[in-house]
Amino acid sequence: MPELSIAVGDLKVALDTVWVLFAAFLVFFMNLGFAMVESGLCRAKNTVNILAKNFIVFAISTMAFWFVGFGLMFGDGNPLVGLKGIFFSSGADNSPATGAAYAGVYTSLGWAGVPLAAKFIFQLVFCGTCATIVSGAVAERIKFGSFLAFSFVICAVIYPLIGHWIWGGGWLAGLGMFDFSGSTVIHSAGGWAALAGIIVLGPRLGKYKMDGTAKPIYGHNMTSATIGALILWFGWFGFNPGSTLAANPAAISHIAMTTCIAAAAGLLTSTVTSWVIQGKPDLSMIINGCLAGLVAITAPCAFVSAPSSAVIGAIAGVLVVFAVFFWDKLKIDDPVGALSVHLVNGIFGTLCVGLFGDADLAAKIGTGTLVSNGLLIDGSVAQLAVQALGAVTVGAFVFAVSLLVWFAIKQAMGVRVTKEEELAGLDIGEHGMEAYSGFQIFNNI
Amino acid sequence: MKLIVAYIQPAKLNDVKQELFRKAVYKMSVTTAMGCGQQLGYQENYRGLVEEVNLLKKVRIEIAVNDDFVKPTVDAIIEGARTGNIGDGKIFVTTLDDCIRIRTGETGKSAIG
Repeated sequence: MPELSIAVGDLKVALDTVWVLFAAFLVFFMNLGFAMVESGLCRAKNTVNILAKNFIVFAISTMAFWFVGFGLMFGDGNPLVGLKGIFFSSGADNSPATGAAYAGVYTSLGWAGVPLAAKFIFQLVFCGTCATIVSGAVAERIKFGSFLAFSFVICAVIYPLIGHWIWGGGWLAGLGMFDFSGSTVIHSAGGWAALAGIIVLGPRLGKYKMDGTAKPIYGHNMTSATIGALILWFGWFGFNPGSTLAANPAAISHIAMTTCIAAAAGLLTSTVTSWVIQGKPDLSMIINGCLAGLVAITAPCAFVSAPSSAVIGAIAGVLVVFAVFFWDKLKIDDPVGALSVHLVNGIFGTLCVGLFGDADLAAKIGTGTLVSNGLLIDGSVAQLAVQALGAVTVGAFVFAVSLLVWFAIKQAMGVRVTKEEELAGLDIGEHGMEAYSGFQIFNNI
Repeated sequence: MKLIVAYIQPAKLNDVKQELFRKAVYKMSVTTAMGCGQQLGYQENYRGLVEEVNLLKKVRIEIAVNDDFVKPTVDAIIEGARTGNIGDGKIFVTTLDDCIRIRTGETGKSAIG
């Protein structure tokens, strides 16, 4: 009966839309997770500054992504960038019509049967996640205004461009690269931008001794850090399964499962690794392991089996511990482990699609048509090759452009606070207030 | 034997420690404190009617020294802590009747050592 089929069609759109929005709200909530992890792992005298950065960066993301970012990323255009519907996501669009019935300028999202605003909000919270990755890496010595300036650029230009290549119908998508929820688009991109920032900024005062050995600078609130980690894990249940942009029961259930298993595996192996190497299990490493597992499963979550997700998470948990030591050996000062979690495991996760990807599974749950199975499934290398190409090209582009932008900001307004301010704390220097007014905060450095 | 008590700006602690180390003064005790001096807690460039005593954060360093170390220690603290601004702090030199090392029971100059 026609009335019934129309009603069922509306119901699907409604269900898909509710799912997409709910997932978007979970990812939005991850901003609190980042704020808690970062402020907890840094010193008390910089808490206001870190909280302010995490709070305001989402507002900047919203404006920049609405202004031009969404259009550059998802508008129809050429393989490198969107050229239509750039400004204020106001291009022609008849979502939730899909497929052949879609008539609009955001064709790369024309497969999703939800209204344009839902697509916009969902993509926006992802953009915000990428920008906020940078804030942890540059914490405790960056000027507030300089961070805001960089955030605007990454949300308006850098992220949308590479996002267009992989999700916006650009050249990497054309070659068959798959990054389901953004191990490359979000995490390694944020990681490369963060690395560029750390290099331009330099390490915190007192972090490295004259002979190059690293000194620990302790986080002041492990409660905050743990709250943040669990909020991020919770939010990831929107990050990964939400990327189906549809309430597809088989897909979202499977993705939720692979996401959870990878997080748990990463957490366990990072605990063991930390226990063995450091002698006692370090909570900050436990937390980093959980997040590493989540980052690593972000690209392959929709294409791998549950056992594969356990292996992926397990490897990520070991990688992140060694990565933390590695960056310190290079005197790259990363206060919260952002590079180890997001950059290193973002690349690893991207490659995992080409190592563990199961084309039959993906076809069965309707998440995509892989170029080939993963290397460890049946020895094929085609998918792995495309994944590697994507990881390398996106990395080179984001790193190079970010370096230029950071240097430009340094010339225009400086990037680093004065030595006096760094010692007194950025809360007083940048904001004229304290996070813990009335408390005696004690710093050795 | 003397006990040197210094109140300094918290942000200068690291510089003071470096200067003390240069003069071979390694033993010290550091606590947080709140205090104010002549400005009743306000910085010089803060204008307005001063109605109440405002306590600001300080760091207190205590160092027990033998007499020949008094001048090097005081000089080191001044070198590390002085900025020329109001709020640099104060140093008190008091006489120490005795000093005992708990672990071994030594007293006097060798306990300060």
